[in-house]
Amino acid sequence: MCCLTDSGNVTTDVDSLRSEIRDKSVRVIDVRREGDYKQDHIPTAVNLPLANLLSDDSPERVLKLVNSMGIDDETHVVVYDDTFGALASRVAWTLEYVGHSNVTLLETTYDHWKSLGLENDSTVPEIQSKEHSMKLQPDILATSNYLETAKTKDDVILIDNRERLNFLEQHIPGAISLPYRTLASDDKILRSKEDMKRLLENRGITGDSEIITYCGSVGTLSGLAYYALKSAGLSNTKLYVRSFKEWKNLEKPTEKQEDASYWDLSAE
Amino acid sequence: MTISDLKQSPPDSVKSKINWGKVEEADNFAKTVKLFRQGKYDEDSFRRFRLQHGAYGTRMTSDYAMVRIKLPAGEIYPDQIEKISQLSEQYSIGSAHFSTRENIQLHWIILEDVSEIFRSLAEVGLTSREACGNSVRNVMCSPLSGVCPDEEFDSTPYALATARFFLRNPMAQNLPRKFKFNFTCCEKHGMVRMVDVGLIPQIRDVDGSPQRGFKIFLGGGLGNKSFVGHQLEDFTPEEDLLYTSIAVMRIFDRLGDRKNLARNRMRYLVNDMGWEKFQNLVLKERSVVRATQSVITQLDVDHTPNEIKRPIRISDESGSDTAPNGFARWLKTNTVKQTQSDYRSVFLTLEAGDITASQLYALADIIRNFSSEGKARSGFAQNIALRYVHEDDLPRLYSKLIEVGLAKSGALTMTAPIGCSGTTSCNLALTNSHRLAKEIQRKFLELKLDEDDDLSDSSIKISGCPNSCGQHGIATIGFFGGGGRVGKDMYANYQMSIGGRSDGDTMLGQTLLRVPAKRVIPVLLKIIEIFKENKKSDDTLKTWIHRVVNGNEDSEIKSIVEIKKILEPLITPPTIEEDPDFYLDYGSDSSYHTKTGKGECAA
Ligand code: SF4
Repeated sequence: MCCLTDSGNVTTDVDSLRSEIRDKSVRVIDVRREGDYKQDHIPTAVNLPLANLLSDDSPERVLKLVNSMGIDDETHVVVYDDTFGALASRVAWTLEYVGHSNVTLLETTYDHWKSLGLENDSTVPEIQSKEHSMKLQPDILATSNYLETAKTKDDVILIDNRERLNFLEQHIPGAISLPYRTLASDDKILRSKEDMKRLLENRGITGDSEIITYCGSVGTLSGLAYYALKSAGLSNTKLYVRSFKEWKNLEKPTEKQEDASYWDLSAE
Repeated sequence: MTISDLKQSPPDSVKSKINWGKVEEADNFAKTVKLFRQGKYDEDSFRRFRLQHGAYGTRMTSDYAMVRIKLPAGEIYPDQIEKISQLSEQYSIGSAHFSTRENIQLHWIILEDVSEIFRSLAEVGLTSREACGNSVRNVMCSPLSGVCPDEEFDSTPYALATARFFLRNPMAQNLPRKFKFNFTCCEKHGMVRMVDVGLIPQIRDVDGSPQRGFKIFLGGGLGNKSFVGHQLEDFTPEEDLLYTSIAVMRIFDRLGDRKNLARNRMRYLVNDMGWEKFQNLVLKERSVVRATQSVITQLDVDHTPNEIKRPIRISDESGSDTAPNGFARWLKTNTVKQTQSDYRSVFLTLEAGDITASQLYALADIIRNFSSEGKARSGFAQNIALRYVHEDDLPRLYSKLIEVGLAKSGALTMTAPIGCSGTTSCNLALTNSHRLAKEIQRKFLELKLDEDDDLSDSSIKISGCPNSCGQHGIATIGFFGGGGRVGKDMYANYQMSIGGRSDGDTMLGQTLLRVPAKRVIPVLLKIIEIFKENKKSDDTLKTWIHRVVNGNEDSEIKSIVEIKKILEPLITPPTIEEDPDFYLDYGSDSSYHTKTGKGECAA
């Protein structure tokens, strides 16, 4: 059985997924919009648009969704999207949060899957509901209150995964900037383990610390970072899932890069 | 079925024959940054090391760097552009910046990420090594070399060979100061008199057979104090090119001022010593170099011609070649005929050199599909030249450029001003020269001034401080930034000069007056108005200003004093109550104050 914590793999490669689909040993979740899903998707995939999940992501509701997708505690789940893995990450993380550890991300996006000419269809599978237990994992979640106390500690690293300009303009005090684009390689949603390790190590992001990731609003970009860190073996990581949007709404302190008009250097 | 069978093969891509990069330097850089952060490397040696590898400091912070990627002879290939696009999104601000010296700069890079950039650059054959610091900076070549109707031969292979010879050469690792070579095509298109070594290709008849060589200019340069270069001799044959370069560098290395940072460019040495003495020294040194080289050293000049192959016409969805609106205007102000019939070189103007990651990405494909040489060049004016575009393909190219927002007209006119990075990232900046250049371009294009033939050969160049990265000294109308004040309220204020030029009649602009940032555009428009009122029928703004600054004008405007008188009412500062906006620099919503950090040019 492939299990994230055992093998350290946070992604499933294309060929493994195809054989698992043939063996019917996997539940594939497509997190794109319903319309896109209906047109075509990876065979046997069920649809859980991220927006649907986010409309109410209380553990009780998430568990209901999990059950209705025919996932029990043992099912290997693979999640994919067409947005460089960020939306898929947020869904995968939510599954982990309610206690489903056997979840991985497809190593590439659906667009790329299609450009490789791989099989897809528009059949909506019949799903038999299953019973999943609830085992909340508060260790992988950071709330604003948690963050406020944690960030004063020396061995906590807070990572901002938004684009550099947004970071320069405003960020949570003490955060370091690691834009989500840095995490991917040419055609994979995450760079190779070795590359990832080197990048993180250069930045002093190592296993000795607790790490908290955040992004702009709902924890998608930082969800991807959560898995990126995991892929490099840094599993003491929490996602500040309500991210900067909540932080600002709560009127907590922020910091900016002063005395430079960096926006004017941007060509946007 | 295997996956690779199904992958679409990308269109043909020409790749660089020279790999300038070295992946070991990435590892070494990463290691050194770590040691530095641990305090095991002192500040000064680290700064020297960093600069030698092409990473500059950034305004008011030690967390970030700017990486300056060299494009030797200005050449850039599609795969390199794609890589830079990716790097700009990963490590920078989602844009890259074309400089005036054929470099591409990535700003606001976290120092610890710089080594990752080096690693990726090496994958596509690029380097930033010796792009900063006291070394031989990027060797420039005219974007029109090889296609210019006025050139005697293509100097590109010589520029590349020179770059190759000096890169990582022990002789060039610790010069008194930076050292710059500019190769060009002809008198008109280069900047050979405003650089340490400037070279124009020339063919001489020697004993009945044509011989290649160069006109070499030494000791010019723009800066806090600018000088025009001197011609070494009538004709320097090509086999003497390397000996001459080595001789000049050896003299500079020996005699250049290593103490006084403000006066250590070679031009000061030439000026202090006097040209004749310097000239004699160079000629003598050259004989020594020639005689003492144990093996005959020659530049490794690659004369294999570029393959010129018109890209296969990709299927055109629209199925028609009717040119979109604005085509004629763009054709006139952005393209030049090449010496090769049926081909044109197309210039893309970028606002002050900035280009987004997605534009870069699109550009790579555009080059593959439209340039018959399969690569592009960086120009002198923070712009990009696409050469060998077939005349018949121009309308389609224009449509493509419109789609990605790269079709701005006026690339080769006064409406494409140069602006250095200014307060957007530079430690020494006093004003936001970068944004000012953009504002002028936007306004001028809105007024369609690019279509005005009278203005096309003039230029506007802006620096954010007296250092001349924006090349204001050689502009028809140039500006450098400073601060002005009314009582205790400060505002961004530019020193304006007029009449500078960098062609055969190279001269520096004459200082006219100080113009507050928020009055620069009205002042420019006023100058154009005065010119229109007083010009003779075949005058351009450039020729007219030239007459005025040389005191040869016979209209009401006899000298710059009269221009100054007319402009003065426009520059009177209002009180802060009357016009609070006046006291804000472009791109800033907080009150203006000058603030600078340590300069690094000299480190
Ligand atoms: S001219 Fe001044 S402000 Fe502009 S880049 Fe050079 S040093 Fe910086």
